[in-house]
Amino acid sequence: MTDRDCDAVIVGSGPGGATAADVLTAAGWSVIMLEKGRNHLLRLEPPFAPTGEISSDEIKFLQRHFLGPDPLLEPRTFRRAADEGDRIFTGDVNNLPSTVGGGGFHADGKLPRFREVDFRARTELGPIEGADVVDWPLDYAELEPYYAEAECGVGVAGDHAANPFAAWRSGPYPMPPGPDMFCAVLTSEAAARLGYHPYRAPTGVNSVEYDGRPACNNCGFCGFFGCPIDAKGDPVASLRRALHTGRCQIRPESYVRDVVLDRTGRQARGVRYLDSAQHEHEVSAGCVVLAGGAFETPRLLLRSGIGNPDVVGRFLMFHFQTLVLGMFPLRLHAHRGRAVTHLMDDPMIPDEAASRAAQDAGLPYFRGGIVEHGGAGQPIIEAIHLPPGELHSQLMVESTLRDRMAVFTMQGEDLPQATNRVDLDPYVRDVWGSPAGRVTYMPHRHEVACAEHWAPRLEAVMRDAGADTAFWVTSPPQPGTEFEAMDPTPISRHVMGTARMGNDPRATVFDRWQRLHDVENVLCTDSSVFPTSTGYGPTLTLVALAMRACSALAGVEPARSV
Amino acid sequence: MPVFFDPESYATVEAACERLIPAVEGHPGATALGVADYIDGLLGAFAVDPPRIWASGPFSGRHGGDASFAEFLRLSRLEELAWRTRIEGSQGLAERELNGPVTGWQQEYRDGIASLGPDFATLAADDQDARLDAAPEFKQLLYRHACEGAYGAPEYGGNRDLAGWEAIGFPGDVQPRGYTDDEVTGRD
Repeated sequence: MTDRDCDAVIVGSGPGGATAADVLTAAGWSVIMLEKGRNHLLRLEPPFAPTGEISSDEIKFLQRHFLGPDPLLEPRTFRRAADEGDRIFTGDVNNLPSTVGGGGFHADGKLPRFREVDFRARTELGPIEGADVVDWPLDYAELEPYYAEAECGVGVAGDHAANPFAAWRSGPYPMPPGPDMFCAVLTSEAAARLGYHPYRAPTGVNSVEYDGRPACNNCGFCGFFGCPIDAKGDPVASLRRALHTGRCQIRPESYVRDVVLDRTGRQARGVRYLDSAQHEHEVSAGCVVLAGGAFETPRLLLRSGIGNPDVVGRFLMFHFQTLVLGMFPLRLHAHRGRAVTHLMDDPMIPDEAASRAAQDAGLPYFRGGIVEHGGAGQPIIEAIHLPPGELHSQLMVESTLRDRMAVFTMQGEDLPQATNRVDLDPYVRDVWGSPAGRVTYMPHRHEVACAEHWAPRLEAVMRDAGADTAFWVTSPPQPGTEFEAMDPTPISRHVMGTARMGNDPRATVFDRWQRLHDVENVLCTDSSVFPTSTGYGPTLTLVALAMRACSALAGVEPARSV
Repeated sequence: MPVFFDPESYATVEAACERLIPAVEGHPGATALGVADYIDGLLGAFAVDPPRIWASGPFSGRHGGDASFAEFLRLSRLEELAWRTRIEGSQGLAERELNGPVTGWQQEYRDGIASLGPDFATLAADDQDARLDAAPEFKQLLYRHACEGAYGAPEYGGNRDLAGWEAIGFPGDVQPRGYTDDEVTGRD
C-alpha cells in the first residue's frame, strides 16, 4: 500500500471531482487531483484564499477564453449525423471551463433537485420510439440524504415550501433565498396569474454569510463569470475543505493521457499525465476517479481502451433549450443580481393540453424542462448581436436586447439516443496530441415538439408581464430552419450521459455505484453516468451522486446532515 | 501612441469603426470611444510584458477596492502559444500548426485595411460603407472588436472616459460595492 502515490487520483476539479476530494479526504484518504486547466480559483497554500484573478470583466471572460478551453488548444468538432462526413464545425462545442473549479466556476448556481419520477421514467412514463428511455439504477429516496448533504456542503439558498411540484425532502435549505430580480418579479407574477407555479430558485449563492464566505452582493457578473468574493459555493467550498485536511494535492496544468491498468487488466494502477512542460508522469493510486465531465470522460475512456466499447460515448444528452425573449417598455436592470432568481417546473408536469400535443406529434407523452426566469446582463454580447451602423448606436441606447429584455430559458429534457455521441475525431488533434472529441448530435422529435408546444405559452406569459413583443428561438435550432444553417451546434453547457450507469454490464458503462463494470477501481463522479437528462440542471444531482459513490467507496455515511 | 498600426492604418481603422458604431444623439461614436486604441492594444498585446490579454482583478477601483484591473496577468506557455497564434498567425511554425495553418488577426487587419484602400479615411460615408460591404469578413471581425472596444473595461484601451457605458446606462463592474437588495428588486 505504501508504494502508492495516493489513495485516489482524481481526474478533473469541477463539482464532481471536488466533491470526491471532499468526501474521500474527510474519510482519511489521500488524493491527488489532476486538472488540465490553470488555477485561478483559490491559492493552493493555507488558508487557500481567493487568487484575486476573478473579476467582473466581460472581455476577459466572454471574449478571451480566460477560463478555457481555448479552441485553438483544445478544439472540438461537431456534426449532426455520420452522413455529413467527418465534421461540419471545428472549435467551441459545449465548452465547460477548463480550469480549477471546472463547470462550477462559471455556473450561476441554480441547484434544483430532480423529482421521484425522473429516476423511474421508463417504469412510470414508458418507452418512446427512437429513444432509449430507462430507469436509473437508484431511486430518489436513496439519493435524498445526499441531496441534503450536498445542499449543506455547497451552501444552497432556497425556500423548501415554494415549489408545489418538488419531491419530498428531509429538511429545509440551509439558507433563505436571496433577493428577487425585478424582471423575474414581473414575469413570475404574470406566470402565477396565468396558472403556472413559479418559485424562488434554489441557488448555490450565499444569501447570508455561510461557511466562512460572505453573502452575495448582487454584482450581476454571475453566469459565465466567477465570483470575486467567494459568495458562490460550488465547487470552491468542497475544494477548500479538502485542501484544509492536508490530504489533497491539486496539480493544475496536468493533462491525463490515459488510465493505466495492472497486469490483470481488471485493476487500474493509476494514470499517466503530461505536466505544463509536456513531460510525462505517472501517478499510482488505489483508485481512479474520473470527473472530467461528460465530454472529457468518454474521451479518456476511449483513449485508455477501457469501459464497455459498445456504449462509451453514446447517449450524449444536452438540454434542448427554448429561449423566449420579451422586450419591455421599461428598463429591467437585469445586470443587478444573480442571473436567474425564479424557476418553474410546469412544463415537466403533463397537463391535458400537453398530452394532446404529444399525441398530435405521435408521441406517448412529452416533458419539457424547468423554466428559468432571467434577463440579459452584458453589453458586448448585446452589441455583437445588433447590426452595425446608426441602428447599432440607437439600439444600444434603447437597450432592447439587454436592459429592456427578459428571458425565459426552458431546459427541455433531451431523450437518450444511441446515435448521439462523443467519439474521437479522425483528424483534429488537441495541443497534447490526442484526438479531439467529436459530437454527433440530432435532437429527437420529442424535444422539438415540446419546444413548439411550450414556446407560445411562455410568450403569452411575457406579454402578460408587460412585454411589447416576444419571440422565441431554440438551441440547437429546430431542424430545417434558417438558424440551423447559421450555427447548428447546441449552446447548452449541460452535458450528460456519455457513459451511462446501470445494472446490466452489456448495456451500460458504470454500475450503480459508478464503478466501471470491467475495471472495479475506476469510478466516475460526473454527469457522464446519467441514464436520462430530465429537465433539471444536472449539477446538484451529480454532486449528490458523487457523495453517495465516494461515501460507499470509503465506507462512510453522509456526515453533514441538516 | 499606437504600438501596432502605422498612422495611415490607424486612420483607416478609426474611420471604418466610426461607420460601424457612429455617433448619434446620446451615444458617442467609435472614434470618441477610443475603439482604434483598443484594437491597436489587442493586435500589439505582446509588445508589453505581461501581454495585454487578461486584466487582473478582483477590482477596478471604480467602486471601491484597489485598481487592480490595471495590471495584466501572466500567460502560461500554452496560453501564450494560443494567443500568439491567434494574433500573429502560425507563420509556418510547427507548434502553431496543430491542425493546419492559422491566419492571424494582424494579417487579417493588414489585408482588410489594404482592401479598404489608402484613401478610405477621406471618402464620403456612403463610399466608406460600400468598401466595408465589399470586405464582409473583415467587416465582421472589425465589428466584433469595435463592440469590445466600445463597451469593454477601459483598461483594455477603449470605452474612453467610460463614455460607452454611460451612453447605454450600464454601470460596468461594481465590485466590491455591488447592489443593495432594493436596487435588485425594485423598479427604477
